This record gives sequence, structure tokens and C-alpha cells, in this order.
Amino acid sequence: MRFTKEHEWAKLDGNVVTVGITEYAAHQLGDVVFVELPANGSKLTIGKTFGTIESVKTVSDMYAPVSGEVVETNSELEGNPALVNESPMDAGWIVKIKVADSKEYDTLLSEADYKKICE
Amino acid sequence: MNKTPLCAVHEKLGARMIDFSGWYMPVQYTSIIEEHNAVREAAGLFDLFHMGEFWLTGPDALKNVQKIVTQDAEALSDRQIAYTPMCRPDGSIVDDLLVYRWNAEKFLLVVNASNIEKDYNWIKSQLEGDVKFDNQSNNTGLIAIQGPQAEAILQKLTRQRLKPIKFYWFTSGKVLDVECIISRTGYTGEEGFELYYPAEHSEKLWNALMEAGKEAGIKPIGLGARDTLRLEARLMLYGNDISDNTTPIEANLNWTVKFNKGAFTGSDVLKKQKEQGVSKTLVGFELGKGPAARHGYPIVKDGKTVGEVTSGTMAPTLKKNIGLGYVPPALSAIGTVFDIEIRGKNYPATVIETPFYTRARS
Repeated sequence: MRFTKEHEWAKLDGNVVTVGITEYAAHQLGDVVFVELPANGSKLTIGKTFGTIESVKTVSDMYAPVSGEVVETNSELEGNPALVNESPMDAGWIVKIKVADSKEYDTLLSEADYKKICE
Repeated sequence: MNKTPLCAVHEKLGARMIDFSGWYMPVQYTSIIEEHNAVREAAGLFDLFHMGEFWLTGPDALKNVQKIVTQDAEALSDRQIAYTPMCRPDGSIVDDLLVYRWNAEKFLLVVNASNIEKDYNWIKSQLEGDVKFDNQSNNTGLIAIQGPQAEAILQKLTRQRLKPIKFYWFTSGKVLDVECIISRTGYTGEEGFELYYPAEHSEKLWNALMEAGKEAGIKPIGLGARDTLRLEARLMLYGNDISDNTTPIEANLNWTVKFNKGAFTGSDVLKKQKEQGVSKTLVGFELGKGPAARHGYPIVKDGKTVGEVTSGTMAPTLKKNIGLGYVPPALSAIGTVFDIEIRGKNYPATVIETPFYTRARS
């Protein structure tokens, strides 16, 4: 698993990267009440915003950790956005991206490096 | 940043602290929704030390209060409280405050933390005659206990009988051994009390209230839930729903403007607005499922921006997106539909009755 300085995690399986927000981010945001998901098939560019996540108090952009095409979004979040708080690293995943270039994935932060950012 | 006497207590409780107009304050302890629900269902405790407390005393105190605020302080009984705007000659709102009447020669004015300096200077510039004006904000502690269990919890700590104190009335008496002003007021739409006391007793009172409320499920409440609670009850937030650029008539606070008492600062303009109408008026609306409306988002009708959202949130008790905003009067009728522009997209909103939430009265 890899991480970004925007507090997202990414997990590569074959050529598909699953993306979510980290425990730290979920805790900082507080109760998530809405997640704006991209449409299937949209093309994402590394570092560019692809959606927003709203808690009671704040609105935050989410940034693509890698470039590629959206192949699936977590439809559970439409009815139950609180999944992001309950299980940010697993059931609260947000989007699956078919990567264009797996080298981008290798440039993301390791868990150890990400933890340093959160301190 | 300014700190309250309870700062260490909040940190120990694990609160996330933020800068709230120069004050280091808890925004949430566990979860805004959990805290919100605790106040609706049991009880919550709020540290409000940051609010401002001014005393106005002397033979001309009443005359000055009558001139400064829009409410009628002469119509108040001793130990009664009024919520009131305070306006400039052009009708714009300097602040909204609570006026506590001890008697015709002694008043307590409770103002917003972000406006203490502005209000102090404004009031001072207005005063006439034999009156003393004293800012006691730094020495006055303020804790609110709100929720259906608030009275039972507070009653454990005082011999003063709470039941006879009516809504927007106060008494003075001891809580533990601390001399307090015990006021049946609040900013949540629930039953509850606010306690004013010498600030050095903050920790003792806070801890005793937390302990007394333990079984009932009392929780400490941060600014996040304070905002969602007050918005569901359609209570104004200065700087959002009312400001230097709005009047009480525009904000639909007509019930707080008492023309019968005679001239007061702003009365000419406000009277004209009441008689001839206003160009914008504050309405409550609901949005469908999706993103929430937020402060500053444009209100759009037929592709044209016609107003602005002043407050908005997902309402935890009502479980829907609600908001307040200024629109032209032609768009203010219940049932009117307009759009809220959120990140470049329009989402339909419908004007609904407010308050959005009213507690069931026992």
C-alpha cells in the first residue's frame, strides 16, 4: 500500500489501483456526510482533483494519486457516507483507477514516510 | 490566541482545538453528530467563556439600553431577558445580544466573542447621562448546559429551585458554593441553562456538571455541534446570517424590533423598511440528497445569481440538508424553488417553514 501527502491511500492489484482516504484524514474530517464520486470511465490525472468529500463542518477536494481511468466507484457511499469514518482503509474505499503507467504508483509515499507527515 | 480557563480540560478530553475568531476553542471532542444528538436526547456542556459580558448600571441605565437596542427593555420585568439586535442609525446590525434586566438601573449585556471590542466602543460612543459601563468579559465564566436532562442534572448541584425559572428569565444563586447567574437560555433549540460566574471557578463547575450528568449521558459539546444545533433552531449566527450589511427587518427579526417604545438608534430606517419593504429577506430552505449548501454559495434563479447562502449544513436531527440565505422577497414564499450553485453545478432548493426543528414541549 502507498500513500500521498493529501492523505489518501492507494493499493495496486494487477493494473487497478484502489483509492481511499487514510484513518488520519477520516479522523481529521469528522463525520462524513457526502462523497462526490467521479463517473465511471472518467480520465484522471495524477495530482488533479477528482471529487470532493464533505463532513458536517468542511468540504475537501480529493486528488488522484495516479493517472488513469475510473473503472468503479464505491456505490455504498451514496447511501452510507459514514463508511468512510467507520472503515476508511477498507469498506470505505472511494474509487478504482485503471492505471496508465504503473511507475507513477512507485513514486507514491511508503507507509513510513507518510507517517512522518502525520506527526 | 486567547485561551479559556477550561483549555486544559478540553485538551485532556481529546478535543480538536481551532482558532475561532482569535480564541483557541474545541470544535469537536468525538463527533459532531454524536455531540449534536447528545444535546437533543440527553444533555451537553458548552464552555462559552469567550462570550462578552458588559454591565450597564446607574440612574440612566434603562434610558441608554432603550436607545441602543431594538427590543423594549422597559417592558421587561426585573430578572427577565431579551434577545435583541443592536443597530447603527442606518439599521445595520452591530451585533445581536442578550439583555438581562436586574432592575431599571442594572443591566447585563452578553455579546458575541468576535465583536467584544467593536461592541464596547460602539456602546460607549452612544451613552448619555449618569451611567457606568464596565467590560467584565475577562473575569466572567460562562457554561451552558443544554438538553432534556439539563434541569435534572443542574438541580443536583444547587438548592435554588430551577423549575419556576421560565424561559428567558434568570435568578442568582449558588451552584456548589459558587455564586452564579442562573439563566434559562441557550443556543440549541433545547431546554437548558446558562451559568455566569467568576471565571476562576470554571474547572470546579465543569467537572461537577460532567460528574452529575454522567448517568444521564452528558457530553462536552464543541463549536461544530453548537453550529448545527443553532441552525436547526434557526438561531442567528452573527457574521453569517446577520452582519454589518443586514438589518433586523431583512433578517426577519421583526419580533425583536419594538417601534412602540419610541425612537432608538436605527428606528427611522427600520420603520421605513417595515412599511415600504426590503430588497432582500432571509429564508430557510432545504436541499435534496447530495452536497450541503455552505456559507457564501450563490443562490440562483433562472440562471441569474439572486442571493447568497448565509449558513448551511447537513442537519443531524432532521437528516437532510438545510440552509439560510438572503433572496429577493418575490422568492421568499414557502414552496418557492431556486437553485444553490455548488462547485459550478446547480442543485434545486425549496423554501420551507422555520425553525427547521422545534423541540416537543412537555
